[in-house]
Amino acid sequence: MAPFLAAILAPMVCRLAGRLSGWVLAGVPAAIFAYLLGLAPAIIPGNTVAVGLDWVPEQGINLSFFVDGLSLVFALTISGVGALIVLYAASYLAGHAHRGRFLGFMLAFMGAMLGLVLSDSLLCLFVFWELTSITSFLLIGFDHTRQAARRGAIQALVITNIGGMFLLAGSVLVHQIAGFWELSALRATGDLMRDHALYGLVLLCFVGAAFTKSAQFPLHFWLPNAMEAPTPVSAFLHSATMVQAGVYLLARMTPVLGGTESWGLILVSFGSVTLIWGALGALKQTDLKQILAQTTIASLGLLVVLIGLGSEAAIAGMVVYFVAHAFYKAGLFMVAGAIDHETGTRDITALGGLADKMPVTFIGAALAALSMIGLPLTVGYFAKEEMYLGLMSGDAASLLVLAILVAGNAMLAAIALIVMIRPFLGPVVPTPRSAHEAPLPMLVGPIVLGGAGIVAGVLPDWLGHDVLVPAASAILGTAVESHLTLALDVTSLLLWLSALTWVLGILVYRQADTIRKLMRRLDGAIGWTADTVFDAAMFGLIRFSGAMTRFLHNGRLEVYLVTVFLALGVALFGPMLAWGGLDWIMPNADLGNWSARLAWPQMQPYEWGVVVLAIAGLLALLMAPTRLIAILSMGVQGAALALIFLLFGAPDLAFTQLMVEVLSVVILTFVMSRLRLSDRDPRPFEDWARDGTLAIVCGAGVSLLLMLVLNGTLNTRLSDLFTATSVPIAHGHNIVNVILVDYRGFDTLGEISVVMGAGMAILALLRRRKPAVPLAAEPPAKPARRRRARKVAP
Amino acid sequence: MNTVIFRTLAPLIVAIMLIFSLYVCLRGHNEPGGGFIGGLIAASAMAVFGMASGVSEVRRALRVDPMAIAGFGVIIAGASGLLSLFIDAPFMTSIWLYVDLGETVVPLSTPLVFDLGVYCVVFGTLSAIALSLEADREEDL
Repeated sequence: MAPFLAAILAPMVCRLAGRLSGWVLAGVPAAIFAYLLGLAPAIIPGNTVAVGLDWVPEQGINLSFFVDGLSLVFALTISGVGALIVLYAASYLAGHAHRGRFLGFMLAFMGAMLGLVLSDSLLCLFVFWELTSITSFLLIGFDHTRQAARRGAIQALVITNIGGMFLLAGSVLVHQIAGFWELSALRATGDLMRDHALYGLVLLCFVGAAFTKSAQFPLHFWLPNAMEAPTPVSAFLHSATMVQAGVYLLARMTPVLGGTESWGLILVSFGSVTLIWGALGALKQTDLKQILAQTTIASLGLLVVLIGLGSEAAIAGMVVYFVAHAFYKAGLFMVAGAIDHETGTRDITALGGLADKMPVTFIGAALAALSMIGLPLTVGYFAKEEMYLGLMSGDAASLLVLAILVAGNAMLAAIALIVMIRPFLGPVVPTPRSAHEAPLPMLVGPIVLGGAGIVAGVLPDWLGHDVLVPAASAILGTAVESHLTLALDVTSLLLWLSALTWVLGILVYRQADTIRKLMRRLDGAIGWTADTVFDAAMFGLIRFSGAMTRFLHNGRLEVYLVTVFLALGVALFGPMLAWGGLDWIMPNADLGNWSARLAWPQMQPYEWGVVVLAIAGLLALLMAPTRLIAILSMGVQGAALALIFLLFGAPDLAFTQLMVEVLSVVILTFVMSRLRLSDRDPRPFEDWARDGTLAIVCGAGVSLLLMLVLNGTLNTRLSDLFTATSVPIAHGHNIVNVILVDYRGFDTLGEISVVMGAGMAILALLRRRKPAVPLAAEPPAKPARRRRARKVAP
Repeated sequence: MNTVIFRTLAPLIVAIMLIFSLYVCLRGHNEPGGGFIGGLIAASAMAVFGMASGVSEVRRALRVDPMAIAGFGVIIAGASGLLSLFIDAPFMTSIWLYVDLGETVVPLSTPLVFDLGVYCVVFGTLSAIALSLEADREEDL
């Protein structure tokens, strides 16, 4: 949990360490990276390392974490790229007033992401999943003074949170079916999920969750809008984190849910559309960041296709492609940020000839782009080879997918060429700021990641054995062999497919401008996008809630009260009628028994006196000529009730009741004078009849319910427990109080907070100096009394 | 209500009510009483005091804003629950401490602190409302 700690400390570190803060804070992810690397030798043979922490042990919910090949690859990528990005971001935002806060968000985001990929429990995973949504919301909306940034942040939050709900629902379903939350145990359940009647629903939930997070078509539109975030965020979000969470989830669920026809069909079809759509979208853009964002969508589509295919080679391709993508995408984003930072523009049509002025940046860009194209000696090459290998079976379906992949990869290659060549080569174009090399911390990232792409590319044995095999085995649940090799086999069809991809890529590159114009015209012809649909939906929602509020919150206290009491009446009588609770009192019952049922209780004369007092108070209230007298008579009636409590052995209740009565008389009197009501309360007969009927219905309902309750046998299990344990455990003889402050102290804590909140609300109402419209202000006694009444209840 | 008798007796009544409210609050664990009732009595006392001497007098006597008392109550109630974390027990596990004063043993406990918190919340909130309403009434009159 070091990232969260670091996140809290980040602003302070920034103030203390100044220019060095990036190096200091980057140490945290770097240390995590080193720690995970230390675990690697233990995990690579196929083992897992697990740690756990009890959370809600009664429910079997634990904060458990485990590391297997899959988590390891993801976690290493997150922490490794994370370290470079923190370093980069500290420099990118140098001099920014909120740099510390930003780095804090960044580290928290990284922590959430690490937690996500390391979680064993599905619930735990869900919590971290939502945490990434929230932290990314903060990051995307970091520049919160800009409307576009706020919109992008809200959009990302809404879309990914819908996915979060899917995930929660899916997790609960899985728990219902399997009986436990742990992913590590779920892996061993075999076909349990696939054969279950609810499989379709579970699949839908998980796929829905993954698709929102990983921006699959048609839910992809939030990702480009998330580009409003500062560039380091984009670099991190797109390469190793957030959007990969969906991919991770799908990969993680493959042993449990994968391999079925519907799984393959959904993933491959949606992934394919996303791949092509994203690639075309990227060709349409001229803004470097937007181009890269669209290629991320394409890459995510590609990853989903590969998971959907599910064959050994496809999964191997997915793992390698994930690594390759993390390397080059983070690198390219950092390059884009550096260009923006040093020249003042990101538009590729306004850039050119930067290679001389920013040579190191150019090298970084070139390394990343070569990997993206998938040339030999880069990790991207193996990724491409593996994915093609998975589709060599030759039947029609896989040929179609193969064609889509080749086309998608070709377009990605073309885009890589654009990103690598347009800004750096060719004639020099003047830029808003005179271009010069970016500072060192901003160069480390692209170079290291680009270099890593090459290193991984020339060490296929290491890549295959230490990265691919453990991760792919973890996804598939069976041992996978690595067959990555550097040797180029001219007779292999694979090489020719790669070559085809490159050739196509160059062709697309040459025609990029034409394609862009074409795409733009097409866009204009369609006129709407998923983005505008989202806006329409959001505005519709706001209008709808506005209408609902106006309907429900019409500002007339009378209507509120009538509604509340009407609901109370229905709630009282509804169940009694539905389940025959009133049978014993129905007129068709034996009339002879009435007297027996309504036998007058044996009461002492003074007890009768109290009852008479209560009834007298009630009658006085009903007939009171003025408001003041009505309030006072209510007090009399209440006091009589308190007396009844006292006589029947509930001094606590009596005491409280008395105090409440006194206070409510006082407060009601104050309210009456405050509202400047007239002494009398003339009301039209309809009102009078309506309120009277309601009162009688509710009163009768409560009485009947009480009689019904008394008819049944009381379950004394709880009260026996409290009586027996009150003195030995809580050292108190007053059980009511013991329950309030000890057994159910947490409830009480919540309730006093509510009392205080209600109090503040009332004060706020009262302090609105201008006298409110009569009846619009709620009588302040109400909330306080209701809380009080509940307090006594336990 | 603004009679001489009432104004003369009010401080006495208020004082007695306040002491009684504390007594009720402290005995709550074993006999009828507790923070809620204690707080209610104390709030009634404030209402009486306000009627007799005016709101500004009450506010001066209280020294702090009643709402602040309520907030303080919530905080100490919550903090009393947190204490148990130091003995490695779940939140709000009660801790008892018996102080021997020679003649008597005074039991101190976290539920007591909690109850005092409840007292403060009820007292603060209701006094604030009562005083605020009373202040308005005075303006109107």
